[in-house]
Amino acid sequence: MQKELWKGNEAIAEAAIRAGCRAYFGYPITPQNEIPEYMSKRMPESGGVFVQAESELAAINMVYGAAAAGARAMTSSSSPGISLMQEGISYLVGSDLPAVIVNMMRGGPGLGTIQPGQADYYQATRSPGHGDGHMPVLAPSGIQEAVDLMWDAFEMADKYLTPVMVVADGMIGQMMEPIVWNRTEPLPEADKPWAANGRDGEGQTHFVSSLRLQSSENEQFVHTLKEKYEEITKNEVRYEAVGCKNADILIAAFGTTARIASTAIRKLEKEGIRAGLFRPITLWPFPYEALKELALQESVKAVLTVEMSLGQMHEDVRLSVLDKKPTPFYGRTGGMVPEPKDIAEKVREVIKEAGK
Amino acid sequence: MTQIIYQRSKGLKDVETHYCPGCHHGIIHKLIAEVLVEMDLLDTAVGVSPVGCSVLAGNYLDCDFVEAAHGRAPAVATGIKRVLPNHLVFTYQGDGDLASIGAGEIVHATARGEHFTTIFINNAIYGMTGGQMAPTTLLGQKTTTSQSGRDPLLHGRPVRMAEMLSTLDGMAYCERVTAANMPELNKAKRAIKKAFTLQMQGIGHTFVEVLSACPTNWGMSPADASAWVKSTMSQVYPLGVKKDITAEEKP
Repeated sequence: MQKELWKGNEAIAEAAIRAGCRAYFGYPITPQNEIPEYMSKRMPESGGVFVQAESELAAINMVYGAAAAGARAMTSSSSPGISLMQEGISYLVGSDLPAVIVNMMRGGPGLGTIQPGQADYYQATRSPGHGDGHMPVLAPSGIQEAVDLMWDAFEMADKYLTPVMVVADGMIGQMMEPIVWNRTEPLPEADKPWAANGRDGEGQTHFVSSLRLQSSENEQFVHTLKEKYEEITKNEVRYEAVGCKNADILIAAFGTTARIASTAIRKLEKEGIRAGLFRPITLWPFPYEALKELALQESVKAVLTVEMSLGQMHEDVRLSVLDKKPTPFYGRTGGMVPEPKDIAEKVREVIKEAGK
Repeated sequence: MTQIIYQRSKGLKDVETHYCPGCHHGIIHKLIAEVLVEMDLLDTAVGVSPVGCSVLAGNYLDCDFVEAAHGRAPAVATGIKRVLPNHLVFTYQGDGDLASIGAGEIVHATARGEHFTTIFINNAIYGMTGGQMAPTTLLGQKTTTSQSGRDPLLHGRPVRMAEMLSTLDGMAYCERVTAANMPELNKAKRAIKKAFTLQMQGIGHTFVEVLSACPTNWGMSPADASAWVKSTMSQVYPLGVKKDITAEEKP
């Protein structure tokens, strides 16, 4: 298959269109501006809708409207803009609406910096907006994977009637890599009998809403969400484990950080240290069981988490390993990116400590 | 032989509403329902009901509805209309919703000339949350958050949304009406019908502001509340057509 050189943000936008997305609403924010720019040209060309919203608040609510009307819709933004979208994401959850949100994370808090960050992990994986919700969160570590995951993201959104978030950062958004279009066919049109697009064949009207004034009814709804989340957890956990079998140490890292960790791992290999890379692809649902199993191997002395944050996924790693092995942490934050030599040095330190 | 001269509109579901006695929401729902039936749009129309007393409008009007977050109806309606360009799409927003928390959304939806219709219910107060001051509250009007009356030095002055939005080029048709009495009600219905008709012609944003009564939170009887809309509210919010680009085009 022909390889093509693509910039991350543009590849994600093109992949969304090829996967069958027909409505994009967004607002400019660095480092994801190439997504709305690309969409503004290509979406109308492919028969879809592009609107530059007046704010991220409006953008996510336009997504809400388009999704409620039955269209395959998405938006993209970066950390501060995603904060503004929390309200709308909660309403998507509360109304069982499918949509895809791309977050090209940057260093926070506040306006922070446009440099890469992974400190939106809690925001993405715990509960989007207010209330008892979750959404699948997909974290590609390269452009090929980002492209492939766009199909999965829309597929999961339609299958489970849920918002799905794809998280990366400016590094992945801005760099260029050769990719192949593994999937070319748009996803089939999902049957949406609930969509507010006019009375159906039986004369029934539709009311898309997240309001359930009776708390007993609302509790019942939240329990249906729980069943949905159990189903997603059963079916959709994704991760990559490289060199984890009989490793001396595991490095848990996602996205950009996982790429950097791989370079450190190659360096350590030459020194005779067998470090395995455990890379969650779904940050929610998190691959707890898979990590636990690998961490409990006799050879594994510790599970080191590396992140661009003060340690957020670290919490999930600790929940997997449950004090059965040491779970040290190494991170850079606020827009700083860890270097392979720093990760390697931390690994040496951890190994030394474990040998005592 | 009995002759039916009046009956419940087919555009309304056969249910009781939760609105207070003397509230105008029910009357305005009826006007919308009648227009939808007359224009044969009941099967395809999509309404948007945001947070406020009218959040349950979809339980009363017999067409498709999407509930929106507080103030976000113009953004939600933009999303719906852009993907369903041939359907009638309308929002039904209160004054707290449209003039306060959703001021940004309505300004930009109007500026873009979005092809949906806004039905803006202005009763100069927050109804559902129990009578707090709104941007539309009249000077001197007592509310639960302006207990000595709205003071221009502390709270600013009433916002005239119809006039403000009419300055935007995206606005095609904008009229302020009231549901306070029968002759005005007929005008209100004509305005809604005109707005819906122009929407389907795709010439820009269409907007009908309806001055309406909230007897419960105003602390008035239904009759006094209706009279106050006409005598006092309409002095601050003058009735009439604020903009009509179809009229301007005529020589």
